Amino acid sequence: MIEVVRPGPLATVQDLGRPGRAHLGVPCSGAADGRAFRLANRLVGNPEGAAAVELTLGGAALRFHRHAWIAVTGAPAPLRINGSAQGTHAPAHVPDGALVEFGTPPSGLRSYLAVRGGVVVEEVLGSRSCDLLSGLGPAPLSPGDRLPVGPTKGLDDITVDVAPAPHMPETPVLHIRPGPRDDWFTDEAMATLTSTLYEVSPESNRVGVRLEGPPLVRARDGELGSEGMVTGALQVPPSGLPIIFLADHPTTGGYPVVAVLASSAIADAAQLRPGQRLRFRV
Amino acid sequence: MKVVRAGDAALLVEAADLATAHRLNAALRDEPLPGVVDVVPGERTVLVVAEPAADLGRLAERLTRLRLPDDAGGDAEPVEIPVTYDGADLDEVADLTGLSRGEVVRRHRAATYTVAYLGFSPGFGYLTGLDPALRVARRASPRTSVPAGSVAIADRYAAVYPSASPGGWRLLGRSELRLWDVTRDPPSLLRPGMRVRFVPRESP
Repeated sequence: MIEVVRPGPLATVQDLGRPGRAHLGVPCSGAADGRAFRLANRLVGNPEGAAAVELTLGGAALRFHRHAWIAVTGAPAPLRINGSAQGTHAPAHVPDGALVEFGTPPSGLRSYLAVRGGVVVEEVLGSRSCDLLSGLGPAPLSPGDRLPVGPTKGLDDITVDVAPAPHMPETPVLHIRPGPRDDWFTDEAMATLTSTLYEVSPESNRVGVRLEGPPLVRARDGELGSEGMVTGALQVPPSGLPIIFLADHPTTGGYPVVAVLASSAIADAAQLRPGQRLRFRV
Repeated sequence: MKVVRAGDAALLVEAADLATAHRLNAALRDEPLPGVVDVVPGERTVLVVAEPAADLGRLAERLTRLRLPDDAGGDAEPVEIPVTYDGADLDEVADLTGLSRGEVVRRHRAATYTVAYLGFSPGFGYLTGLDPALRVARRASPRTSVPAGSVAIADRYAAVYPSASPGGWRLLGRSELRLWDVTRDPPSLLRPGMRVRFVPRESP
């Protein structure tokens, strides 16, 4: 069992979420950076979808009331086990009773702590993910919470000593595909989107990355009927400032989507920090 | 039907109208296509979300060749939602529409509605079929908490709040029917294409 001593700015339990129920208004949710999340599980021999802890800007401290193997991926938050520094992107052994502490990552936003056996809090609709939009799943972690760890019998052996940490550039370039509603915007708007620097707003969260920069001008007035939204959609509300939808995004929305991130760029978007700048490229 | 891409792992199908969107949704639920993760009806569209490595060109072809059912389950008996008409905004809606309280209730319960699509919160269905005389704007400032079961209208839609949430719709009454229950499969009583009627209950 793992006891939460302090969760840092925001810590939640996440797995691969609740796909397949969007027509009932259920957001997919799940790890915002699925790439880092899956890697953390592989490093400790878990199935890729075992529930893990998603930390936001590190800062957490967890007491392990039983020895365990862990791996930390995503934003490289400085990791200490009973006071001694450990590398991220590598399996690490935690002795019984040890305190695991995280500093603030020098780059990136979200770190994943996978535990061999997985975190086995109660499932809601087939998932242990905390969905901050709909409130489904376990609440964000708070001091004193106890997280049960699943059995490790029958899991794959731990075979990797260290995995390469992904490069997190200062000013990432995110690839997009225009549409499905790029025809709602002027040609200049598309040129603006792909040629200027946008800045991540502090209002960003697991629902979406809100951006500051030049507004995108619409080519037509009127109301688009509500339609299904994908993760990675760049939805443009009346302010003209796009929002990149992340894991907890609403299932339907009535503002036009000017472009959608390449699937491979969603993990990069989930690591954007408030104040960081980025570019879009078709 | 026009099929456009929504990124590299989803297609947005533009249907002629809501009924066609519901027929496409019904076809995709009766016989799911391989590699499809989510099918999400909207007002005139159906979003088809595929697995990351799916061949979208091939999926688009299959979608346009699908044989749609004549009717998307609209011939089934409507779901009946019992309502106690004692909502906090009844007088306001009467004022805004120029109708009496009784006439607002009569028109609300007289209609047969269709679940157009879900969104806003799990189990929250946007119901079309509202009497045009009841068309009122949302409240200027939303309530911070609307109780679960609140029966409400706004713009062209009627709805029942499936769980407590903030909300700006005008409240006409309340229902004790559970619209959302995570222990039920499916957890939502309302699904796209279903028909709905409101049945008045006597106030206690």
